[in-house]
Amino acid sequence: MKRFVRWLSILALTVLAGALLLAISSLPPAPVKLAGEVAANLAVSGVSHPVTAVLLNFRGYDTFLEVAVLIIALLGMLAAGLPPPPPTGSRNAMLPTLARLAVPLMVLAAVYLLWAGAFRPGGAFQAAAVLAAAAVLLHLAEIQGPWPDNARGPRLAIAGGFLLFLAIAAALLVNGGLLRYPPEQAGLNIVLIESGLSVSLAVNLAAFFLLRAPKS
Amino acid sequence: MSSGLIFAATGCLLFVLGLGGVLLLKALLRRILAFNLMGSGAFLVLVGLAQRDGTPDPVPQAMVLTGIVVAVAATALALTLARRWQALTGREDIGRVGDAGSRRRSKQRERRKAPR
Amino acid sequence: MNLAFDLLLAAALLWSAWRTLATPQIGRAVILFIVFGLLLTLAWARLDAPDIALAEAAIGAGLTGALLLDAVAALRARRPNMDGDET
Repeated sequence: MKRFVRWLSILALTVLAGALLLAISSLPPAPVKLAGEVAANLAVSGVSHPVTAVLLNFRGYDTFLEVAVLIIALLGMLAAGLPPPPPTGSRNAMLPTLARLAVPLMVLAAVYLLWAGAFRPGGAFQAAAVLAAAAVLLHLAEIQGPWPDNARGPRLAIAGGFLLFLAIAAALLVNGGLLRYPPEQAGLNIVLIESGLSVSLAVNLAAFFLLRAPKS
Repeated sequence: MSSGLIFAATGCLLFVLGLGGVLLLKALLRRILAFNLMGSGAFLVLVGLAQRDGTPDPVPQAMVLTGIVVAVAATALALTLARRWQALTGREDIGRVGDAGSRRRSKQRERRKAPR
Repeated sequence: MNLAFDLLLAAALLWSAWRTLATPQIGRAVILFIVFGLLLTLAWARLDAPDIALAEAAIGAGLTGALLLDAVAALRARRPNMDGDET
């Protein structure tokens, strides 16, 4: 019986794969060219890289909610009970040296990515990922211990970036729309939001790895 | 055939593969991996289909960028829940190979190995 | 030439995804998942999406990989002889 259900589900999955492939191969061309729309409005977005313009200007609301989703995931982790810290020991003598050499370069790379995001590939997300990776590396090299679940610094950093975003979004409501920047201030607003977001996202991503229950 | 269409097709197959993994595998860690494969497939379809005429489209690219960050958050939450579940129930099969069939096979393999 | 590379990359993606789900040892499955993430980075580069490629390399392969390896290590610490992972 179990085997029968198994083969039946494999058959159903094969049919689904066939149907999906058939569907994407017979799609008509898209009626709206979003790439053209973005290119036409790039001048008023405050940045010259189209992906950053979409992320923080045209679809800033999505990015805003995404930061909230990350915080909710972290709250979920805190509510479910944090895993215990990994056992220490078994450390490699090379790793702390490597971490000490690599982490300053990673921070430099993160700042470059943040700055580059305005006009070429890069931006807050990539900068945050590199910063979080640096924190994880420090943790693996046992230079940075795990954060206890009541650590105040990480909480302030995570909430700070989100609240900065919220404050700018709320301040722009007086112009008649959430996150609708006046074109002449768009660049400044985006740089402010991105800097706050990089720190907040980096600490949030690192917290998924570093936030551990206190040793009992 | 443009790269967009090729990778959109790959994304469809990855999605179905991941869906099969989520439905048919028993081990929680495998299901988390399978769920991530599903997500990656969906991302490839999103960007690949929008770019099937060969011009890059920044809108789906930005959406997928946020999607990747949300996916890692979901994975972290899922892993915490899986570990919590294991600690509470004492069940040990969160890392085991999938379904009953393959578990039986791997046991047979172990038995075959044993005399050597 | 480009078409051949795309097809090869697509095949490698599907193969690594399949092995991630089918390989008997969970430790190896996680390594294969990281390999999958790195191959996906190449696919994003082929799709003219350098932003996603950067994020995928740092987050998809790096951070997710670290999280998964951590979970597997914790699992092994609880039950050292799990699945004969070391064999």
